[in-house]
Amino acid sequence: MKKRPTVGEILQAKGVSRRGFLKYCATTASILALPPSMIPRIAEAIENTRRPSVIWLSFQECTGCTESLTRSASPTVEGLIFDAISLDYHHTLQAAAGDQAEAARHAAMEENEGGYLVLVDGSIPLGNPGFSTIAGMSNVEMLKETVAGAAAVVAIGSCAAFGGIPGADPNPTGAVSVMDLVTDKPVINVPGCPPIPMVMTAVLTHFLTFGTIPDLDKHGRPMTFFGTTIHDRCYRRPFYEQGKFAETFDDEGAKAGWCLYKLGCKGPTTYNACATTKWNSGTSFPIEAGHPCLGCSEPNFWDGGGFYEPLSTGRFDSGTKLAGAAAAGVALGVAAAAAGRSKQAKFTKEG
Amino acid sequence: MTAQQDVQRPAFPFHGNVRPIINEVLHAVDRLLETDEATTIDLAGLPFGPGELEYLEAALGTGELSAKLDALGTSRIRETAFPGVWWLEHRNAHDEVVGRYLEITRTPEILSSQDVDIIAGRARLEDQFA
Repeated sequence: MKKRPTVGEILQAKGVSRRGFLKYCATTASILALPPSMIPRIAEAIENTRRPSVIWLSFQECTGCTESLTRSASPTVEGLIFDAISLDYHHTLQAAAGDQAEAARHAAMEENEGGYLVLVDGSIPLGNPGFSTIAGMSNVEMLKETVAGAAAVVAIGSCAAFGGIPGADPNPTGAVSVMDLVTDKPVINVPGCPPIPMVMTAVLTHFLTFGTIPDLDKHGRPMTFFGTTIHDRCYRRPFYEQGKFAETFDDEGAKAGWCLYKLGCKGPTTYNACATTKWNSGTSFPIEAGHPCLGCSEPNFWDGGGFYEPLSTGRFDSGTKLAGAAAAGVALGVAAAAAGRSKQAKFTKEG
Repeated sequence: MTAQQDVQRPAFPFHGNVRPIINEVLHAVDRLLETDEATTIDLAGLPFGPGELEYLEAALGTGELSAKLDALGTSRIRETAFPGVWWLEHRNAHDEVVGRYLEITRTPEILSSQDVDIIAGRARLEDQFA
């Protein structure tokens, strides 16, 4: 494998002081959602870790995930590419095209056999290989060929992680997720439509820093970002517990910033970091903008019932009972959310 | 110095996410005084409603000492109106905030000159006057 410089060496070559390095480590700990007490360990790891080769494959996708990635503020995507990783193949961002691009992919695979990361956005159609091809190869062929020598695979976005919109009913292309096809390598799912930019860069940073994959939940998502629900960390949670809900998008409750549960918010059953990491360099997130969470980082979110139906209604039945419980406040409200969660888990399993 | 009583709590809406942080700071100050143990609170992981972060910053106010660090973007480090409670804000090269912390300590570590830099600086000084 080609010897690549460590991040410490790269920063040193750029004349970055030790103070600057400590700052880099502090913000790295922050994006990895690690306690500040881990900063010395991060510093040690970053000083000694060589930047990995990354191959990014785009299949049945809308490029929204790449658009999101380029909005990452910490680290910035250019900082990540120049300092932390070697992005050797990415249709949208690379300068090479055609045969040159494919040659770059093969060269990266050969030079970094067993040690490179494969990032995938988009689902893979199995219905007909011709539905989506790159350089004459079907998506499934390219995935299998590229993953063969990889250290791990990161499924970026809900399409790669769970099938997403291409896989929604009636799934005309026979779309499947990465983990449906890759069973002999670690697969990290970073779902979201699109995923939060910082979460994508943080997963790469974790691999870079520790050389390991982060702890994952039952859906293969990093626990640091998908360990709690949107509802758990929502700044409007106190209103939920007080039983104060917006009933329509323009009523007094909506204007007062009350809980959006009754307007279909999927925050109680959605595991993601939007409520704290936020979007657009930490500006806000959908709930802060007055819109319910759609639950886009959960499996089958597109087929999970109406976006504007409360969790306690629609396909989860017993709607009036659960909606009433939520309105009653703390104890009953929590019970309603728990019941909704349990029902969605059942749906997910059955789906 | 900004006195806490001068800071107006946002009239509306106010979601109650600041008070728990103030409690955590009080506990951290006690720990600093009793065991000399420093605490860092990463504000990125905590929920804030509109105006709450700004309220927290204003409520903690500005103390006697502030510093600016130019490394991989600008960082501002300042003691709040409450001695031992420091507000740190790191920005990247595009001037976007990439980290906000409360450090409860006597002096934030990032203000100290680091051995690696001291050694490199000494060599430069010697070369300059060789």
